[in-house]
Amino acid sequence: MAGLTVGFGEYTHAIVRGVPASLPKEALRMNEANDDVDLARARREHELYVGVLMHKLGLQIVELPVDDSLPDSVFVEDAAVVCGDTALITRPGALGRRKETEIVKKALTDLHLNIVEMIDESATLDGGDVLFTGREFFVGLSKRTNQRGAEILADAFKDYAVSTVPIYDALHLKSFCSMAGPGLLVIGSSDGAQKALKVIQQMSDHRYDKLTIPDDAAANCIYLNIPNKGHVLLHSTPEEYPESSKVFERLKDHMLIPVPLTQMAKVDGSLSCCSILVNKRREM
Amino acid sequence: MTTEVGSETEVKKEPEQAEEQPQTQVETEQRPEQQLVDGKQEQSAHSTDLKQVEEEQNTQESPSTQQKDTTAASEQVSPAPQEGRAGVEKKEEQSGSKGIARFLPPWLKKQKSQSHVEQKKSQLKEGETSKNQIQEKEEKSPPQSPFKQQSTEKEGEEARKDTSVEEKEENLIQDHQQSKQEETKVDEKEEEKLSVSSAETQPAKEDQKEEVVEKDSDVKVEDKKEEDTIQNTEVKTDRSIQKVPKKMKTFVCKVTLLDGTEYPCELEKRAKGQVLFTKICEHLNLLEKDYFGLTYRDNADQKNWLDPAKEIKRQIRSLPWQFAFNVKFYPPDPSQLTEDITRYFLCLQLRQDIAVGRLPCSFVTHALLGSYTLQAELGDYDSEEHRHDYISEFQFAPTQTKELEDKVVELHKTHRGLTPAQAEALFLENAKKLSMYGVDLHHAKDSEGVDIMLGVCANGLLIYKDRLRINRFAWPKILKISYKRSNFYIKIRPGETEQFESTIGFKLPNHRSAKRLWKVCVEHHTFFRLISPEQPPKAKFLTLGSKFRYSGRTQAQTRQASTLIDRPAPFFERTSSKRLSRSLDGVHHFTFPRSKSEGTGTKELKQLQAPAVSATEQILQQDSSAPAVSDLKAGFTDEDGKEPGSPYKPTLSPESKSTEKLKSEMGREQEIDTQETMVNEETTKMSAVSQRSESPSVAAKSAEGGEMKTQLREKKEETIVVRDVSTSSDSESEEEAEYRPQVARKDVDQIKEEPEENEYLPVRSLTSTAHVDVKIPVEEKEELEEKIEKGGMLGEEVYCTTAEEKEEPKVNGDVSHIDTDIVTQVICCSEPPVVKTEMVTISDAFASQKSEISTKEVPIVHTETKTITYEAAEVDGTGDSEPGVLMTAQTITSESVCTTTTTQITKTVKGGVSETRIEKRIVITGDADIDHDQALAQAIKEAKEQHPDMSVTRVVVHKETELTEEGDD
Repeated sequence: MAGLTVGFGEYTHAIVRGVPASLPKEALRMNEANDDVDLARARREHELYVGVLMHKLGLQIVELPVDDSLPDSVFVEDAAVVCGDTALITRPGALGRRKETEIVKKALTDLHLNIVEMIDESATLDGGDVLFTGREFFVGLSKRTNQRGAEILADAFKDYAVSTVPIYDALHLKSFCSMAGPGLLVIGSSDGAQKALKVIQQMSDHRYDKLTIPDDAAANCIYLNIPNKGHVLLHSTPEEYPESSKVFERLKDHMLIPVPLTQMAKVDGSLSCCSILVNKRREM
Repeated sequence: MTTEVGSETEVKKEPEQAEEQPQTQVETEQRPEQQLVDGKQEQSAHSTDLKQVEEEQNTQESPSTQQKDTTAASEQVSPAPQEGRAGVEKKEEQSGSKGIARFLPPWLKKQKSQSHVEQKKSQLKEGETSKNQIQEKEEKSPPQSPFKQQSTEKEGEEARKDTSVEEKEENLIQDHQQSKQEETKVDEKEEEKLSVSSAETQPAKEDQKEEVVEKDSDVKVEDKKEEDTIQNTEVKTDRSIQKVPKKMKTFVCKVTLLDGTEYPCELEKRAKGQVLFTKICEHLNLLEKDYFGLTYRDNADQKNWLDPAKEIKRQIRSLPWQFAFNVKFYPPDPSQLTEDITRYFLCLQLRQDIAVGRLPCSFVTHALLGSYTLQAELGDYDSEEHRHDYISEFQFAPTQTKELEDKVVELHKTHRGLTPAQAEALFLENAKKLSMYGVDLHHAKDSEGVDIMLGVCANGLLIYKDRLRINRFAWPKILKISYKRSNFYIKIRPGETEQFESTIGFKLPNHRSAKRLWKVCVEHHTFFRLISPEQPPKAKFLTLGSKFRYSGRTQAQTRQASTLIDRPAPFFERTSSKRLSRSLDGVHHFTFPRSKSEGTGTKELKQLQAPAVSATEQILQQDSSAPAVSDLKAGFTDEDGKEPGSPYKPTLSPESKSTEKLKSEMGREQEIDTQETMVNEETTKMSAVSQRSESPSVAAKSAEGGEMKTQLREKKEETIVVRDVSTSSDSESEEEAEYRPQVARKDVDQIKEEPEENEYLPVRSLTSTAHVDVKIPVEEKEELEEKIEKGGMLGEEVYCTTAEEKEEPKVNGDVSHIDTDIVTQVICCSEPPVVKTEMVTISDAFASQKSEISTKEVPIVHTETKTITYEAAEVDGTGDSEPGVLMTAQTITSESVCTTTTTQITKTVKGGVSETRIEKRIVITGDADIDHDQALAQAIKEAKEQHPDMSVTRVVVHKETELTEEGDD
């Protein structure tokens, strides 16, 4: 029930949304020089991704309809932040993505979450900038997320400390870090990532174990705690990031599931971007 | 008692003649201090606090010891703390009154002079040991008589004070007259005591040392009547307290308890905060009380903590005697509390915090916590009994919706079977995870004038902007906490890659709020952070500090004490929280107002960081009698007769002094003389002291258990200062220099206050400390002075936090504890002419307090080392320091029986010549069982061997007796 009592990484539902045909051409990207996205392959990878969540991990999948008018809409994570029974509908930093939230909001409402909307016109927040560690939030202040957005998030999740982390070289906070377990932070090796780590460590009352991996992008993974499976980690494949995969393989207690995301990575997509995880297990 | 009647005349007459001289002297000396004491307790010298703190410590400990005994015993115990308090009070009053004597009407004055007389008499009557027996008799005599004496004495004092200070003369006068007869008795009795003790040794050099004397006397008489004598003073105060209400002026104050009820409590007018707090805890049947405290609201409706060590009246001033019992230190893990009743009170506090919005929660958390509250208060959900409206009597959130109530009920149903204690434990398990749990918020502005909130919590200082945490400084990162007027500063330990410490300043709405924040920080740091039982017990220095320090037990200590709680779980009735919700007036939402403070950001940081050091030089040159810094305790009397109390004093230049409005000008020169002679005396009395050290600690003997022993232990300490000045650094002092003492890291390390066998000795660290923050620009001094005189609390205080525990292992013989990157150095000085005078003003507060009446005997050399610690400013690494700037300074401290502190100071004098001075301080510390003479000789020998050129500049013998007699009975 209460966010405080739910175990970290316990989810029952995943909200996903298919890859729009407009993604290869129109999706926003940091680096214009990236190769063209192979739409078909992107869709295959996305299906695999959803398949893992659904079949391997047993989550109920809420699949939102594909909308070609929203090229970035596959990245549902940015549209909402869900913690416990509360869902904060964001106000994405990219103007063109604001409409993505509508259907996400509807889906979350259908899941009977407490919906909080970010109405403030001056606030922006991308879900990709929000790192929830199980004990507190870190919000990256990036091009997409501003202070006001972070404040509203803090207001929505009053139980938790919300600290801000300046982001310089990356799209989102979670472009180079994520949680790989309770108290286990995966962090990339770049200067920007390490700087952010310092901030996180300084701002936190809690001590996190850290897992430093060579590639920033590989540091974005998805941790779940699934009944009968325990610690599950979806992470990048050895084909994409061989060195980083070796580091993940040292996590002996985790069920490691490499999931490729080669195409969407070209438009700054990462594993966590493609789903909103929700826990609707009935509280005891 | 009848025998005493005859002596009355004797006492009265003799005093007036013989006493005259001494008295004036005393008066002059005490003058300056007097003002401080009366006018502004806040500014009063450290010493006061030290003493009080110690007392408090003792008092607080007593319960725990008692707890060992059965519950029955615990009831007896409770009075003990009060006694302790009362004792202190009394002493203070007396001391305070002395200086005022000249303004008093003759009839009032008499008493005072008597006290002096007594002392004198003791000298005169040396050899009159025969009175010993009489004294004993008296002590044995029915409880009432001692009590009476005491109380009358007290009244007398009060009367004096009131007349001089303020109101209500008449009542007191009446009282006084009534008690006059009894007073004479008292005097006589005291006289006798004195004579007894005096027989043994030379007269005490200072009349003011009564307190010490008293103790000594106890020791001596001990042989015969161990118990009675030892506890003599305490017993008396004890009784006096019990009976006080009849004769003393009392006040009724109201304390709002956590369940919303109001508890009226009658208090003696001059009672200290601790008295009230103890009463409340007794009323609540609460043993783990260190987490709690009393608050009052000031005129600005700000919540202030009642300082247990200070008189209530002085703290609240004209405010109504209305207090609230609150949690002061939120235990990070409530499950570690020993008793359910403690958790219950914590729950009540948290419910209140939640209801008023101080502890923000999400909807679900409100509902969950609310449901545990229902379970705890009402038991299992019962559909019959609990109709839908039962819930609206409770307040679960600042704004309570039907939806929330429904959710609470829904959850309540799921808690079936939980006992109240279990439900509360679950409540706490959830509440403790809330991010604002235990965070004490203060409005402030950052250096750019942006509104922020500073949150003090168990782990450190949190900085919020709106609801966002924008920074956090864990205690280990903070080297120093200070405030100056309305600015609040923290000095941050350099990070891995940084070379220098940085200071961050915040602007608080006003001076009071800055000080309040500072105090809260000091207290939280001490309570949560100072837990290092593994530290060597002897290493306690606190080389800086304001007079304020947290005086209670630390969390570690209270936990340890809690393990001794051995009583059946006390029964207590849980009161419905509905009452609570009603009693709350005004909802304080967790808001971050955007504009509250005036003025803009603090930009003085740079100034602070790079203070002109010239002032330092002045100080440097004046060497210090090595302060027997460590282990100083209650019996600490000032050898110099002065105590550097308020931080800024030392900076005063001679001129500014003259402008001071403090009155004791003439007294000063006298004082200086006195000081010098005293030093001599000190040395000569060495032998006496060492003798003394052989007398086993009385307390220990009488103590029943190990615990008691530590409490009652008598301490002795000798200090040798060996100094070698290769270049005289005199004459560089520049008055206009702005100068900032910083505490070197080393010293910071030493600040640690470690529990010794369950004993909390926060005070010792305070001793040395004239915590001087001297960086006030000259122009400001006068201003400050004025403020002080007005009784306002002002000034600048600094608190250095201890370094990370791992970084400060102090192993015996570990000499390599050097940090090169630390340039700041602490230097202690006590003798320099200039400084001396300045010190005068401050120090007396201390001295006067020490002068207790109880003068049972006099013999020993009780010397007190006053120390002012100056710290040179840090040098920037570039090395282009200004002339006269301190370049390097390092301290090496090794420890065994002797603590040797070698201070090497290199500085550049004008002209680019650098000079180095090595100052070596050897502190021999030990209990009575050490042969101090030998240790001293050995230490000097060794020092000479190492540095043939060195000269011994000073030998200070410092003996400490703990003020713990009240411990048990």
